[in-house]
Amino acid sequence: MAELPTTTIIGLEVHVQLRTKTKLFCGCSTKFGGAPNTQVCPVCLGLPGALPVMNEHAIELAIRAGLALDCDIPPMTKWDRKQYFYPDLPKGYQISQFDLPICVDGVLEIDDPADPEQKRKIHITRAHLEEDAGKSMHDEAAGSADSRIDLNRCGTPLLEIVSEPDLRTAEECLAYLTKLKETMVHLGVSDCEMQEGSLRVDANVNLEIDRHGEVIRTPIVEIKNMNSFRNVASALQYEVKRQYGEWEEHGWTIQTKGKRTFGWNDVKEITYPQREKEESADYRYFPCPDLLPVRIPRERVEEIRQSLGETPGEARTRLQKQYGIKEYDADVIVSQGRAMVEYFDTVATTCDDGKRASSWIQQDVLRTLKEQNTDIESFAVEAKDLGELLRKVIQGELTNDRARDVFKHLAENGGSVDSAIASLGIEAVDDSEMESLVQSLLDANPKVVEDVKSGNQKAIGSLIGQAKKQNRNANPQTVREIALRLINQS
Amino acid sequence: MLDSAFELLRQQADGEVSAVEIAGQAIDAIEASQKLHNAYTHIDRELTLAAAKKIDQKRAAGEPLGALAGVPVAVKDVLCTADMPTTCSSEMLRGFRPPYDATVVERLRAADAVIVGKTNMDEFAMGGSTETGAFGVTTNPWDIKRTPGGSSGGATAAVAAQTVPLSLGTDTGGSIRQPSAFCGVTGLKPTYGRVSRYGLVAFASSLDQIGPIAWSAKECALLMNTIAGFEKRDSTSLYTEVPDYVAATESDDMRGMRVGVLRESMEADGVDPAVKAAVAHAIGVFAELGAEIVDVDLPHREYWVPTYYVIAPSEASSNLSRYDGAHYGHRSSASDNLEAMYCKSRAEGFGEEVKRRIMIGTYALSEGYADQYYNQALKVRRLIRGDYDAAFSQADLLLGPVTPTPAFELGAKLDDPIQMYLCDLFTVGANLAGVPAMSLPAGFNDDGLPLGIQIQAPALEEARLLFAGSAFQSATDYHTKRPRG
Ligand SMILES: [Zn+2]
Repeated sequence: MAELPTTTIIGLEVHVQLRTKTKLFCGCSTKFGGAPNTQVCPVCLGLPGALPVMNEHAIELAIRAGLALDCDIPPMTKWDRKQYFYPDLPKGYQISQFDLPICVDGVLEIDDPADPEQKRKIHITRAHLEEDAGKSMHDEAAGSADSRIDLNRCGTPLLEIVSEPDLRTAEECLAYLTKLKETMVHLGVSDCEMQEGSLRVDANVNLEIDRHGEVIRTPIVEIKNMNSFRNVASALQYEVKRQYGEWEEHGWTIQTKGKRTFGWNDVKEITYPQREKEESADYRYFPCPDLLPVRIPRERVEEIRQSLGETPGEARTRLQKQYGIKEYDADVIVSQGRAMVEYFDTVATTCDDGKRASSWIQQDVLRTLKEQNTDIESFAVEAKDLGELLRKVIQGELTNDRARDVFKHLAENGGSVDSAIASLGIEAVDDSEMESLVQSLLDANPKVVEDVKSGNQKAIGSLIGQAKKQNRNANPQTVREIALRLINQS
Repeated sequence: MLDSAFELLRQQADGEVSAVEIAGQAIDAIEASQKLHNAYTHIDRELTLAAAKKIDQKRAAGEPLGALAGVPVAVKDVLCTADMPTTCSSEMLRGFRPPYDATVVERLRAADAVIVGKTNMDEFAMGGSTETGAFGVTTNPWDIKRTPGGSSGGATAAVAAQTVPLSLGTDTGGSIRQPSAFCGVTGLKPTYGRVSRYGLVAFASSLDQIGPIAWSAKECALLMNTIAGFEKRDSTSLYTEVPDYVAATESDDMRGMRVGVLRESMEADGVDPAVKAAVAHAIGVFAELGAEIVDVDLPHREYWVPTYYVIAPSEASSNLSRYDGAHYGHRSSASDNLEAMYCKSRAEGFGEEVKRRIMIGTYALSEGYADQYYNQALKVRRLIRGDYDAAFSQADLLLGPVTPTPAFELGAKLDDPIQMYLCDLFTVGANLAGVPAMSLPAGFNDDGLPLGIQIQAPALEEARLLFAGSAFQSATDYHTKRPRG
């Protein structure tokens, strides 16, 4: 494509939804997936007369995020109104932060995709809090063009993290977004579930074209509201080509065209200009008179700083070293956030087998969390119980199969491992009882005895199933051992 | 014609009359006065009688009763009520029924007051004459050719016409005090943050405050005891203990109290001689009560009105954005796309004065002009607050006029917004500074129209105002005069 040497200049604005139980200015739930307009009240609906009250937890999470991004937390921040008309914005303005954001001047260090040995520092201009708007649902079936509005999201707390235009390639953007997401999840700041809209990305992009020593800058395009990393990469790659082509065709530069707003069509995989009106918005920001400025004492910032603990990178290295698990496995655990790392730590130390703990967490725990639509902090199986359960497996007191039954019981009912074992009727089987059971099976299956004698030990497998049928507490390993001993003795 | 709130409380306690009888009298009085004064936008006889019946039953059962048990109260139609429409006298909100009560309404109900209806006002509280609303003009009970003032003109006329002893108004730039002066009643704008604004449909959030209107300062104190106090649903609500305001009105000894006279205010252009005389007379009354009279000045007074008319419309332009036809309010049927729907709904739903202020506010906040207007106004507002601080270092109370003139004729200023805005000449300072201020009946002009004076106190010193007002009323009888019904 480009014949002249070109540098791409990209700055990202990332909206992450803060992991608060209630909205930014009222007590409504932020849980995803409720029936439309069921998680609303006069405040988040913007009913006449209703007034906002700030959610302290959102401030706390924003400070955590800011500190993790090496930001300064100024001693005073305030709330501003940003005015625009939109059907899913009930008050006609959004409460946001304009000139005094809660976090400023940060940096996020990423691995350089072009050279894994190198790091790149991406500067963070600011991170500010704001309330989310609702969602318009356009039903254009049968030409009815019916529009419905779900205001459940209205007032959900967002942190908008704005980078400097330090990024140069789509790959760098992906590295930045991945690192950012990992950090936010790890600190419990956000779930960053893109399919639920809790992480959204706007990209500001333009080109610097080097025409024989003369640097030409193309107009800046802001690509709005991309909701997957793949879309971000595709949109940027598309946009770079489009801007170069546009420059070749029209010669537009930043001086002649300024900044424009584009959308991303993920079906056609193209960026497209939005209406002029949306570009030339004058938001008429002014301090929100319903909310007082927020003072953030130094001591509070320091307290939060002390509570931040290890970074995701440190956690990953430690897990590999301390428990001997693979890098991939450590990645999966760390990417679930700090609470999951703590859960894993407890399970692994209780059963003294990091690999087993890691495999159970990655399979059974994650699957169950998903099924139950819950998170590790509210999970019914406590870490020390899972650790104890795995210890019983390691010591041969339970088979993996029976342990899964116990796990399932705990996940559904809570309680201790022992009580779960008792209520499932799992008992240790007496050796002599097992011996007579296996003997009777051998008597009934002479073919198996013959096969084993002729060197095919796998034949015992068919006995294990039968043994379990007659006594559900039969341990496969024990059955195998007894069968082999009896056959050899005979 | 109803008695005072205290008298109604006594009569019920002594078994002379029931809450239902009082409520019936109130509704009868309202219905009789409505054709003449149109002070109400909504009344509901059944609902009112039912509420009163509950109070009687509580009393009969020996249950403890609230401080306003069985006292009829009228509420300005800018305050949310779950059982009556809340319209702000605007076409935009015609028929709107909020799903909740404003905090002050909750507190009235908790005090066993009987809410008789919603009172008329200027549309969205913008105006000085109760002529700009969608439900017709309210007239002044002292002279029906004249305005009751605004925007709480319905709330003051309701008291002046003796349909209720107590009513709640709101004051953004003088909207309780100016109509109180015009209607010969007593009205208090409390300190900003003293009364929760939750459920008050916002006009200018940093200036709006809810306050009591009654014949006397003592009755205002009674109503303040119920509505004042911190509430967590309003972040600007002040976390300070509420004194017993009624107890504060029990003394009339003003010795040791320095009353600062705003002489410059009285010298301002266009101040009616009768108003000047009323203030001069009041100075004498306070001196006789033992107060020390000192001269004080609020030097940035000439910037009050311009500052107010930048800040208030700016906030209003934002607060009124939500009435877009999509979520609330009137929706135009004459539009085929979103943009047109917004424009036409707002064009049809809002009246002239509201549109004028939205335009001013939008302009003052817009890119390139905000520094020149809005931000500049915020700076001047700080200077004005400084003036008040300095004045209150010299005086415990400030005394001056409420309005330049007595009640003017209906329609007289409707087509001249600047003249209308100048009615706020003496009142907006208290809103810009956030301090409490009160209007007291202080005489009559030759045409028999009531005249008012204004007293102002430092933030949170409502008790001092109510005490001084009550002392003034112990020495004068203007607050006991009634219009010929
Ligand atoms: Zn809500």
